[in-house]
Amino acid sequence: MSARVLVGVKRVIDYAVKIRVKPDNTGVVTDGVKHSMNPFCEIAVEEAVKLKEKKLIKEVVAVSCGPQQAQETIRTALAMGADRGIHVEVSGKDYDNLGPLQVSKILAALAKKEETSLIILGKQAIDDDCNQTGQMTAALLDWPQGTFASEVVLEGDKVKVIREIDGGLETVRLKMPAVITADLRLNTPRYATLPNIMKAKKKKIDVVKPGELGVDLTSHLEVLRVDEPPQRQAGMKVETVEELISRLKEAGRM
Amino acid sequence: MGGKNQHRFNAYLSVKKFAQERIAPLVSKMDENSAMDEAVIKDLFDQGLMGIEIDPQYGGTGASFFSSILVIEELAKVDPSVAVLCDIQNTLINTLFVKLGTEAQKECYLPRLSTEMVGSFCLSEAESGSDAFSLKTRAEKHKDYYIINGSKMWISNAEYAGVFLVMANVDPSAGYRGITCFIVDRDTEGLHIGRKENKLGLRASSTCPLNFDNVKVPESNILGKAGQGYKYAIGMLNEGRIGIAAQMVGLAQGCFDQTIPYVQQRVQFGKRIFDFQGMQHQISHVATQLEAARLLTYNAARLKEAGKPFIKEACMAKYFAAEVATLTTSKCIEWMGGVGFTKDYPIEKFYRDCKIGTIYEGTTNIQLTTISKFIDQEYNG
Repeated sequence: MSARVLVGVKRVIDYAVKIRVKPDNTGVVTDGVKHSMNPFCEIAVEEAVKLKEKKLIKEVVAVSCGPQQAQETIRTALAMGADRGIHVEVSGKDYDNLGPLQVSKILAALAKKEETSLIILGKQAIDDDCNQTGQMTAALLDWPQGTFASEVVLEGDKVKVIREIDGGLETVRLKMPAVITADLRLNTPRYATLPNIMKAKKKKIDVVKPGELGVDLTSHLEVLRVDEPPQRQAGMKVETVEELISRLKEAGRM
Repeated sequence: MGGKNQHRFNAYLSVKKFAQERIAPLVSKMDENSAMDEAVIKDLFDQGLMGIEIDPQYGGTGASFFSSILVIEELAKVDPSVAVLCDIQNTLINTLFVKLGTEAQKECYLPRLSTEMVGSFCLSEAESGSDAFSLKTRAEKHKDYYIINGSKMWISNAEYAGVFLVMANVDPSAGYRGITCFIVDRDTEGLHIGRKENKLGLRASSTCPLNFDNVKVPESNILGKAGQGYKYAIGMLNEGRIGIAAQMVGLAQGCFDQTIPYVQQRVQFGKRIFDFQGMQHQISHVATQLEAARLLTYNAARLKEAGKPFIKEACMAKYFAAEVATLTTSKCIEWMGGVGFTKDYPIEKFYRDCKIGTIYEGTTNIQLTTISKFIDQEYNG
């Protein structure tokens, strides 16, 4: 099947970094902080590359929206096996206000432009935890969606997706083109080996502006304030079960 | 920072992640058992880290010498034993084959060295360490083959090597001009790998004596030209010592990186021990020495890559980096206090591992003597 897969990769603050809120409470400190590819995006890239290795799809295109540094994230996707990249240049205020609605408009425009059969995204980003981009993209394109995927199987012009849901696992069959979002157990992303990093140097990254795609980046949301979670209060020790129960009753917890 | 440099740094970030996730959990066990986990060796090959400078046509990664240096440094931050395995393969074994191999030899060995086979470099003997060229292993010529007899000592990687590059003398009457480099496959009859040494540090790196008992080797297994082995050895070791410098820098950095968070957390007398001026001054001094060692190493690497004279700088880098590793690890144990002295923390291992840096691939005294020779020449006009 000569299918093209679009994979969205987001540059986020590295999961191991200790997050600090800016003194003016407008956001978190990002300057000089280590960034990497969103872990769920890594899983999405891995799934796309695996499909290509099985010769079920022809091309994997990695897309990232953001300032110049977004290209680093695309390069990582290329080093994992993506064929080429698209950097949608968004910076300054536009970048600060970039959210799932704007990104899904961009992805929808690109999907049409690039004749895409499958869009694979991470289920959510670890910075905003929105879990909306995949769903919105599918809605804008009027494509079926298989979110929280823990298994993806291509079947001709359809794709079977096993989804992780509260009650267990749900299996859906979608007619392509479709949108899939990757959950944790879908696969284990490969390390970018040194030879693949070298090869990635030669792969192309096209730069595109949102305007060229006819996308309006206006945000309808305004972040009012960002605060740290409340400090954890000290607990207390009790000697007996009876005391535990009476304390819980006193605190109105029973 | 952009372009080529950015890409290099991205590359080593990937190695960093791989080392942290795949190697770090095994380090303590490998040290205790004095054995490299085979999974680690396979992973190094799978990641393309064992054929860094080998051309992709032979299955290698096709990256630069500087890339090798960065990889060795990153690996050493996690385990200097793994770093030395990677260093010997890339800077000694692969380089010898690439520079001196006939097309047939390259086609036979380079693909395997890139993907699955470890190599060992056999120069030292019980009676010849620094005085390398007084080696006694003998290779007797017969028609179109040689018979090798003798023994080698302190051979790294020997336990898992598939091929050995053996320096033997074909004509002792010619002194060092008889030294020849032979390619000896592991399964050659008469080659015995002795019991590995029980070492203070770098324990996961196997170091074994080798015995050659009438080992028959075809003439086509000479690497380069007969009698030129001494030149090849010196040449390779000049480059190899930049790799060791990188290993020492990585070792020191890895140790330092694991110590500072403790120093920031530990509170005595109502404040972090980091906040005591005495500590701050010591820490800054060590950090500066480390940075200097790194820059010496990178400078030597860049000079070599640019085809400029680099031997003096390589000697300086190796000598200085080994000293800095000793300083850093010793200080780190002190800063950690009692816990630094226990095996529950990784610091004491770095302290044990660093000592070999002043000894192997040219002792500190040899480095200093070599540096002085260059200075003598420079000032002779």
